[in-house]
Amino acid sequence: MSTGGTTDKVLSPEEVAGSLESGMTLGIGGWGSRRKPMALVRAILRTPVTDLTVVSYGGPDVGLLCAAGKVRRLVTAFVTMDSVPLEPHFRNARQTGSIELTEYDEGMFMFGLYAAAHRLPFLPTPAGLSSDVMRVNPELKTVRSPYEDGRELVAVPALTMDVALIHMNRADSRGNAQYLGPDPYMDDLFAKAADRTYVSCERLVDTADFAKEGPLQSLLISRAHVAGVVETPNGAHFTDCAPDFGRDEAFQKLYAQSAADPDKWAAFRDRFLSGDEAAYQDAVRAWQEESR
Amino acid sequence: MSTLTSITRAEVCAAACADLFRGDGEIVAAAVAGFVPMLGSRLARATFEPGLLTTDGGPALSAEPVPLGRPAATAEGWLPFRDHLWLVLNGRRHVVMGPSQIDAHGNTNISCIGDWERPARQLLGVRGGPGNTLLNTTSYWVPKHSTRVFTEKVDMVSGVGWDRGAHEIRAVVSNLAVLDFDTPDRRMRLRSVHPGVRVEDVVAATGFELVVPDEVPETRLPDDEELRVMREVLDPKGLREREVSS
Repeated sequence: MSTGGTTDKVLSPEEVAGSLESGMTLGIGGWGSRRKPMALVRAILRTPVTDLTVVSYGGPDVGLLCAAGKVRRLVTAFVTMDSVPLEPHFRNARQTGSIELTEYDEGMFMFGLYAAAHRLPFLPTPAGLSSDVMRVNPELKTVRSPYEDGRELVAVPALTMDVALIHMNRADSRGNAQYLGPDPYMDDLFAKAADRTYVSCERLVDTADFAKEGPLQSLLISRAHVAGVVETPNGAHFTDCAPDFGRDEAFQKLYAQSAADPDKWAAFRDRFLSGDEAAYQDAVRAWQEESR
Repeated sequence: MSTLTSITRAEVCAAACADLFRGDGEIVAAAVAGFVPMLGSRLARATFEPGLLTTDGGPALSAEPVPLGRPAATAEGWLPFRDHLWLVLNGRRHVVMGPSQIDAHGNTNISCIGDWERPARQLLGVRGGPGNTLLNTTSYWVPKHSTRVFTEKVDMVSGVGWDRGAHEIRAVVSNLAVLDFDTPDRRMRLRSVHPGVRVEDVVAATGFELVVPDEVPETRLPDDEELRVMREVLDPKGLREREVSS
């Protein structure tokens, strides 16, 4: 019997990371230190992939990729860990000139996502005009309204991407996915903007069980936009993944302190990032036990 | 009035931040710069500006002004990030941001210090500064007034000032003073100094020539009701005191 293209899309983190190629443009969902697909980012750290253009409302996802030398260019409006305002690896990458940057206003960035998600070359917005965003992005052009107002607007180019990674609370094996927290962020836009989108989730559920988890409108992601699904329990750690878990503030603090010092970072990397995802989760649990 | 002697600098600042929203009516107060302006926006709503919409720090528009650090007991609306960004264009919003640098016309920087191509200190990035300042009423909160923050020229214009076509830079509240742009050429002016601060203290801590009127009044003190609301209702843990040293 034909499955009509709804065959099982379940993959491992390694399969997702292994499908990336150097030089690709990679979109990462979430926002700051909130519902980031950290397990998939960690899997990328273990591959030889490099020279990525990363498109993200940046948090520790960007920091980890910068620290591993995976990023050629970053497209963003900010990089922050929310409760820790500044991201040390991103700062270091900028201050040593090891990455290129496309820096947009938050709203401009969203318009770029909307344009890419809907196959438009650009979308117009006033946000960004008169600021130094126009100075540091000389490729940006403006358009003039053809109507009586004649208003000048920024033509934000579509933020198209080869691959997008997002993390959701629930998903089924077909690739439909559900968020259960208070904010969808821009994850549906990332999913639609990329040629290929992978969803990691806290828990795989039967399609029939979505209704037990949340209302119909929590079904943010359609399988039409999803190439693969990965079950990664605690996979957003250490970022917030409400209501499954909040941000691991203590661990984030450890990350930030380690990231700010090369020796401490080597120790952090050895302890937490030298093995696979299961090893990471074990090491985090052990650290949590001993810091109690 | 016996309470007068015990009013803290943070409480003066919070009342000054509340005053930023005077007359705003039914718009969203997006006080993202810290505890003091967040407290100020909720204080304004709890007292003289009841129409104001405030959040709980997350995507919930709360039915009542909520104490700092608490989730909304009852939500009256939902404002996830995407809708916040659309609301910037809609305009019914007054944002309070925290600049790392601000110049005499209210241009601000939260992006990086030094040359953008290779910054000496990378900060947050421009965030929503460009859109906020071009399209919404914007105010600023500076918890530590210094010549490093109040500078002749900002390194990266992330928030546009009056001379670049800002919608409205209403005022700047710092730990020392309230500053506005109520001058013919929209240059920053000293509106009031907080009790215990001298005009020359503010001038010395400002890295550009400030417009200083002949008579500079003292910033008003919060009244008994405002103090009660701050201390007993909106900030019983005294988070405001962590942000401003008295």
